Amino acid sequence: MTAADEAAVPVDEGLFSWPDEPRLIGSICQACGTTTFPSQLSCPRCTGTDIRAVPLATTARLWTWTVQAFEPKPPYRADDPFQPYGVGYLEVATQDGSGAVLVESRLTDADPERLEIGTEMTLTFVPVYRDAAGRQVVTFAFAPVQTAAQ
Amino acid sequence: MDDSSANVAIVGIGIHPFGRHPGMTGRAQGAYAVRRALADAGIGWADVQCAFGGSVAAGGADTLVSDLGLTGLPFINVHNGCGTGGSALAMAERAIRSGDHDVAMAIGFDKHPPGAFNADPEASGLGRWYGETGLMLTTQFFAMKIQRYMHEFGISPATLARVAAKAYRNGAANPVAWRRQPLSEPEIAAAPMISHPLTKYMFCSPGEGAVALVLARADRARRFPAPPVYLKAVSFRTRRFGSFEVFSPWLAPERAEGPSTEAARAAFESAGLGPGDVDVIQLQDTESGAEIMHMAETGFCKDGEQEILIQSGATEICGTMPVNTDGGCLANGEPIGASGLRQVYESVLQLRGAAGQRQVPGMPGVAFTHVYGAPGISCCTVLTT
Repeated sequence: MTAADEAAVPVDEGLFSWPDEPRLIGSICQACGTTTFPSQLSCPRCTGTDIRAVPLATTARLWTWTVQAFEPKPPYRADDPFQPYGVGYLEVATQDGSGAVLVESRLTDADPERLEIGTEMTLTFVPVYRDAAGRQVVTFAFAPVQTAAQ
Repeated sequence: MDDSSANVAIVGIGIHPFGRHPGMTGRAQGAYAVRRALADAGIGWADVQCAFGGSVAAGGADTLVSDLGLTGLPFINVHNGCGTGGSALAMAERAIRSGDHDVAMAIGFDKHPPGAFNADPEASGLGRWYGETGLMLTTQFFAMKIQRYMHEFGISPATLARVAAKAYRNGAANPVAWRRQPLSEPEIAAAPMISHPLTKYMFCSPGEGAVALVLARADRARRFPAPPVYLKAVSFRTRRFGSFEVFSPWLAPERAEGPSTEAARAAFESAGLGPGDVDVIQLQDTESGAEIMHMAETGFCKDGEQEILIQSGATEICGTMPVNTDGGCLANGEPIGASGLRQVYESVLQLRGAAGQRQVPGMPGVAFTHVYGAPGISCCTVLTT
C-alpha cells in the first residue's frame, strides 16, 4: 500500500486529503487557537464557532503508545487475519506551525522493543478492508522515521 | 453520629454475587439485590417511597416493579454509562435530602457478554471510522494513559503486578467476588500482554452482578436494625477541556485536571473532610494502572508517590490507606450499572465492622468511593459512621 494507490479510498472523507499529497485535516479556532482533529464546527475550549480547516504536518513525535494484542469486536473491520497493531497519541503541529494537537493513530510498528515515547514519526497510510465495490479502504497511520544513520 | 433531618443514611444493603450467571438475567440479579437490601433494612418493598436505578446492557430498572410489586412508587431509570450506579445514588440522596421522601432506593445491575466492550462510535458522537480502524477500545486508553504516567512519574511494571495481586488476594476473602483465586506477582507479570504494559490479569473483565441500597433520613436512621452509615457527599463531574479521556481521537497538548480530581475535591469539600481523614478507599481499577493513577487524582497522594506506597504495603487491608478491600473491579469484574454501588456496599460493610476476613482493623470511621468511566465521567462519595 502506498499513498499513490489511486484505487484506494479513505475510510472517512473528513480525516485527510486524498489522493494527492495526503495530509491530516484538523481545524483551528480563530478566537483561541485551539486545534482539533478531526475538524469540528465549534471550539471545545472557548465554544466559539469561527473555525478554519487546517492541514497538519506530516512529522510527529510519539507521546504515548500501546499495542492492540487481541482482535477487537465489530465495528472493527479487517479482511486479513488479525495481527497485533500499535496505537499511539502523537504530538502534531499544524502545517503552518500556528497550532498543535495530540492525534490518536494506528502505528505501523507493533514491537514494544522499538516503540518509545519521544520517537520521531511520519505520516503514512495503511489498508483497513475492502468495501462492497472491492476498493481498498485506507486509514492514516504513523511510522518511525528511518534515518540513514540507522 | 449525624442525625439531622437534612442528612442521609444508608440503612440497607443488598448484593447479588458478581461473576457469570448463565440462565439468570441481569434484571433477576437486580431483583435479588433489592430483596436482600430490603431484608437488611427490615422493611418491605411497599415501604420504599421512590427508586432510581439502571443498567447499561440489561434492561430498564423500572420494570423491576413487575417482580417486586406494583406499588405505584416513582421509579426513575438512569442510563449514564459508567456513572449509572453513582448517578442513581446521587438522585436517591437528593430525594431524601430535599425532604420529599423518607426512604429511597438506588439500584444498579448489569450483564455483559464475555470479552472487551465493543462500543458504538456513532452513539458516542464519533465517526464510524474510529471503531472500524480499531481505535475505540477502553483497554487501549487505559494502557496509553498508564504508559505515559509511568514515563512521567517513574511507576514500575512490578507495581502494576503488585496492584493486581492485592486485588485477587482481597477477592479471595470476599464471598461475593468473581475472581477468588489468588495470583502471584510473577504469574500476573508473565501473563499474555493485552495492551502493553498491561497483561491479561491486570485488566478487569466485563461481567454480571447487582447492588441495591436503601437510603433514609438520617434522623430516622436508628429505627432500622443495622448501624447506620451516613452518606456525607455524592459528587458527579464530567470532563473539561484538556483532560485525558477514554474515546478521544485527539487531545489538547496541555493537560487539565480530570473529572476524578474535580469530583473527589467536590465530595471532600461537601463532606467537610479531606483525604487524610479516610480510613478505607475504593477506587476505579479498570486495570492496575487506573488504581495507581486514581490514588493521586482523588487526592490520596502526589503523582509518583504510589511506587513507594504500594511497594511498602500501604494500600493493603492492614496498611495505612487500604484500597479496594473487596478486590475492586479486578476481582469482581465490571457490570457497569452495578460497579459504583458495589464500592458503596463494601464501604458500608467496612464501616459497620462487618467485612469479615477483609475487615480493615481499628474500626474505620470514614470511607471514600470513586468511579471513573466513559466518556470522561467520575462519581465520588464520602461515607461516615
